[in-house]
Amino acid sequence: MTNQNGRFGIHGGQYIPETLMNAVIELEEAYNHYKEDAQFNRELTELFNDYAGRPSRLYFARKMTEDLGGAKIYLKREDLNHTGSHKINNVLGQALLAKKMGKTRLIAETGAGQHGVATATAAALLDMECVVFMGEEDTIRQALNVYRMRLLGAEVVSVKTGTGTLKDAVSEAMREWTSRIADTHYCLGSVMGPHPFPTIVRDFQAVISREIKAQLMEKEGRLPDAVIACVGGGSNAMGSFYHFIEDADVKLIGCEAAGRGIDTFETAATVNTGRLGIFHGMKSYFCQDQYGQIAPVYSISAGLDYPGIGPEHAYLHDIGRAEYVPVTDEEAVEAFEYLSRTEGIIPAIESAHAIAHARKIAPVMGKEQIIVITISGRGDKDCAAIARYRGEDIHD
Amino acid sequence: MTRIKKAFDRQKAFVAFITCGDPDLETTAACVRAAVAGGADLIELGIPFSDPTAEGPVIQGANLRALTGGTTTDKIFDLVRELRQDVEVPMVFMTYANVVFSYGAERFLSISREIGMDGIILPDLPFEEKEEFLPLCHAYDIALISLIAPTSENRIAMIAREAEGFLYIVSSLGVTGTRSEIKTDLESIVKVVRQNTEIPCAIGFGISTPEQAARMAGIADGAIVGSAIVKLIEKYGKDAPVHVGEYVKRMKEAVTGC
Repeated sequence: MTNQNGRFGIHGGQYIPETLMNAVIELEEAYNHYKEDAQFNRELTELFNDYAGRPSRLYFARKMTEDLGGAKIYLKREDLNHTGSHKINNVLGQALLAKKMGKTRLIAETGAGQHGVATATAAALLDMECVVFMGEEDTIRQALNVYRMRLLGAEVVSVKTGTGTLKDAVSEAMREWTSRIADTHYCLGSVMGPHPFPTIVRDFQAVISREIKAQLMEKEGRLPDAVIACVGGGSNAMGSFYHFIEDADVKLIGCEAAGRGIDTFETAATVNTGRLGIFHGMKSYFCQDQYGQIAPVYSISAGLDYPGIGPEHAYLHDIGRAEYVPVTDEEAVEAFEYLSRTEGIIPAIESAHAIAHARKIAPVMGKEQIIVITISGRGDKDCAAIARYRGEDIHD
Repeated sequence: MTRIKKAFDRQKAFVAFITCGDPDLETTAACVRAAVAGGADLIELGIPFSDPTAEGPVIQGANLRALTGGTTTDKIFDLVRELRQDVEVPMVFMTYANVVFSYGAERFLSISREIGMDGIILPDLPFEEKEEFLPLCHAYDIALISLIAPTSENRIAMIAREAEGFLYIVSSLGVTGTRSEIKTDLESIVKVVRQNTEIPCAIGFGISTPEQAARMAGIADGAIVGSAIVKLIEKYGKDAPVHVGEYVKRMKEAVTGC
């Protein structure tokens, strides 16, 4: 799906300072070598299975299915992975790759803290130094994850520039990488940034759709009618979609964070409100003003609070292969509570965006149809913030 | 483009960077004139961007102040029109790819030509992506300035061979901002540059003192200073022009001696 310099249609590319060019070229060469390397793949599979707990379960949500009265609903339980989200898939892959490349230090950006925790975890396991950049605003709403990262031995840098959220953490991690390249790998957390990151992250996350396909084949003997996942940068969605892209009958639906609504300025729904631009190393869709200044986006979910979307998603949108729908804070919070009460599963507020959309479409689908929703992460980290949203003040 | 070449022809050049609209566009105009009076051979006008990933804290701050003050690309075009009534040194824009792309690259570059700009520097547009804007830069005779970094190594010759206007050599790893010491082997970089192009090269990033500027101009054809000037503007605000003029004069004297 990728062509020269990592283009997905018109999207992607390598819009980065010259200082980083040899680093991304070196990364691409190393990745192309190791992805075919039997030893590397054995080690990665062992980490996936024995350390991260893969394969993750594909769970038939019977009560939710009965309650909604339409399509059969399966939940892909990435929340059950070690560290509590899909982020560990990509991180184990990149950390192992970095280690093979002789790097001794990992840096990462994080929004909700899930990618930061996963990176800190991999760094601890593989004896690497780790620095995580996190927007100041996010260090407040995700204080528990800040503590987890420190507990795992990582340094957490609170980013005060800009809006103090995920985009600023990405910018700061990029700045840090330009100042220290020789021993440092930038462990980017989503299917975004300059080539080869969107491809590398997608490939490591593609284990999600590979498993869904095999597991559903075993349980139902067929493909799903729709796969639904939340989209910020879009890594769990890309991982969930990837092996279904060629199956034209499987609808692929990405759920964007609409915040307070796509008709307000307090939104992070990139495909629905953004336009084509160049930022953070890639050409894609971005929330921006008429002069190309990146918009200060908003979502209750720190992990989806990003003004851009990965270039392969932008391409899937362009060709009409995937659909990107907005889900508001309120809908996501209701879905967060709904899944907790209905199935006894507390999803991450990010994943709750996907649940919310499934609640809209499942009832109008036939009982013989099947929806798979990726639960990208667990919701423990969000409990304090959701309580606050509901007017209840609990301590983290 | 010939105007850029002339700036380096007579002697070692001093290049001054100023973020437009910090603290306001009137002060920017006065600072540009003060820098030119102080001897600046080329002016880099920074168009502020919300997320300047190649900048250190000083220029990040200037970008934020300028945008908060309501500076826009259109207002900066007006500033240049006004400056060009008397300012004759070459001027190039320094901004980020999205500012040009989002405005409409053709519209941006045609207006740049019309108002008398000579070139453009886009730190997030490496060699591999320059086709994004290069055909339009050629169409409107705007030099697309290439950068070479301490990590460029095997890429230096390739970049130098196709470089236009002047070559911007980044002195050190990391983002813009003053540094106490510059350790990169710049002599070796400049040697490879000279073997591959006849266009001038100037060194920037981290330069603040006359001694550093003299050393850099001794190695290359000129020195570029940004953060140190922006710091003066941050410190003195509307009263900055006189300080910028004095500073540029001192730096230019140091550079000329090389």
